[in-house]
Amino acid sequence: MNNVNVRQTIDAELEGLRRNLLNLANLAGEAVKKALWALCEQDKALAREVIDADDDLDRRALRIDEDCLRFIARFQPVAQDLRTVSAISHMAIDLERIGDLGVNVAKSAVRLADRPFVKPLIDIPRMGEILQEMIDAAMRAFINGDAEEAKRACAMDDTIDDLERQVFREMLLMMMEKPRIIEDGTALITVARTLERAADHVTNLAERVLYVITGKVASASQFRRPKEPRNDNGR
Amino acid sequence: MGKTIKFQTSAMNLWYDRFQALKAIDITISERAVTAFIGPSGCGKSSFLRCLNRMNDFVPGARVEGEVFLDGRNIYDSDQDVITLRRRVGMVFQRPNPFPASIWDNVAYGPRLHGVRNRRELDEIVEKSLRGAAIWDEVKDKLRTPALALSGGQQQRLCIARAIAVEPEVLLMDEPTSALDPMATARIEELVRTLKERFTVAIVTHNMQQAARISDETAFFLDGEIIESGPTHLIFTSPRDGRTEDYITGRFG
Repeated sequence: MNNVNVRQTIDAELEGLRRNLLNLANLAGEAVKKALWALCEQDKALAREVIDADDDLDRRALRIDEDCLRFIARFQPVAQDLRTVSAISHMAIDLERIGDLGVNVAKSAVRLADRPFVKPLIDIPRMGEILQEMIDAAMRAFINGDAEEAKRACAMDDTIDDLERQVFREMLLMMMEKPRIIEDGTALITVARTLERAADHVTNLAERVLYVITGKVASASQFRRPKEPRNDNGR
Repeated sequence: MGKTIKFQTSAMNLWYDRFQALKAIDITISERAVTAFIGPSGCGKSSFLRCLNRMNDFVPGARVEGEVFLDGRNIYDSDQDVITLRRRVGMVFQRPNPFPASIWDNVAYGPRLHGVRNRRELDEIVEKSLRGAAIWDEVKDKLRTPALALSGGQQQRLCIARAIAVEPEVLLMDEPTSALDPMATARIEELVRTLKERFTVAIVTHNMQQAARISDETAFFLDGEIIESGPTHLIFTSPRDGRTEDYITGRFG
């Protein structure tokens, strides 16, 4: 029956979109991972590789968005089909932004590659690992339709925020003691802040995934610890 | 937004002899809104529509159980005057079915039947109805020509004019665009949107995008039951029932 063929075409198109999004997620995660590796190893060549690869990532994200629009125009999707294609289109934008943030880290890596670190890097690589886990969890949740996994991805953002604040406080103390490290210290604070922002984009991914699965608009803050009043100089 | 209920059914069953076409239908239809009924062929949606102005009374062997309230009064009560009911609840069918008479006579037919004799009054009703059905400008200079000379889309709008000429409160539309081309369909859809300012509209459609475009509320029928009903935007983005999801995304039907 004709109807069955249309349904099969829709399923095949959605499958293609999912696959391309998954590739994009891999590339975005890779960009951040390589940028951090370049930072820790003071490897300028690797950092430039990340910067150069960003054009490809941007093109792929744009392509996914175009494919989503084409899919909507051709099939007028509804219900879960509609939620899926809308989510893919938004997720592509978040992943593209994560890739851009990887480039920012790579640029910091280039600047910091020529002199010894002001301190051994521990929290920043840890943030990178958690960020990667978050991306993996969000994408697994998307592919498997697993709401609990998506909620876990959101919850991990708490640890990222803690680490970012820790880096900030630590660098602040060090800079007060040794003002000559202010330039490098600020650069490391910026890297931590960049990773924290990348993690926020991952919570956006997880929110979209939850919308696809449940049909209800979700906010990541529902799956994180309650906010406590902050007293660390307004940060 | 406070919605007034125009129609309400309670545990309504419909039998054609021993075949049960509708099972325990409980639904409300809001006043001055468009309610769409969707579902695969033979699911009972047209049968349901025809219960709302007792068109099924004409079908031998048809039997309705339960209650159908129009403004709180059961239309299946023995003292219900069926002629009055059908004046209050008009109907437009799948294929345009103008009478083989002039455009003017088609529209004036209902009001005459209900006792309007004054020629000027009838002229006014004809113009108002044709305007209401968005066809006045196309036919105002040829009101005496045969209705059957009009195009399919124009004929259907004429039938809508004929239906609203008796000032009904509810318009039932049974797949009113399924025999029309996309342009004529677009005009009818536009018309339905304006009609809901004056009338309560209940429409059966096989075109899901049409239901999504023009209705405020949607009910999904399957095998004589209402599987799910609610605001159209929710049915088409986040249906609660897996069968609704499967039907509107084309997995069956």
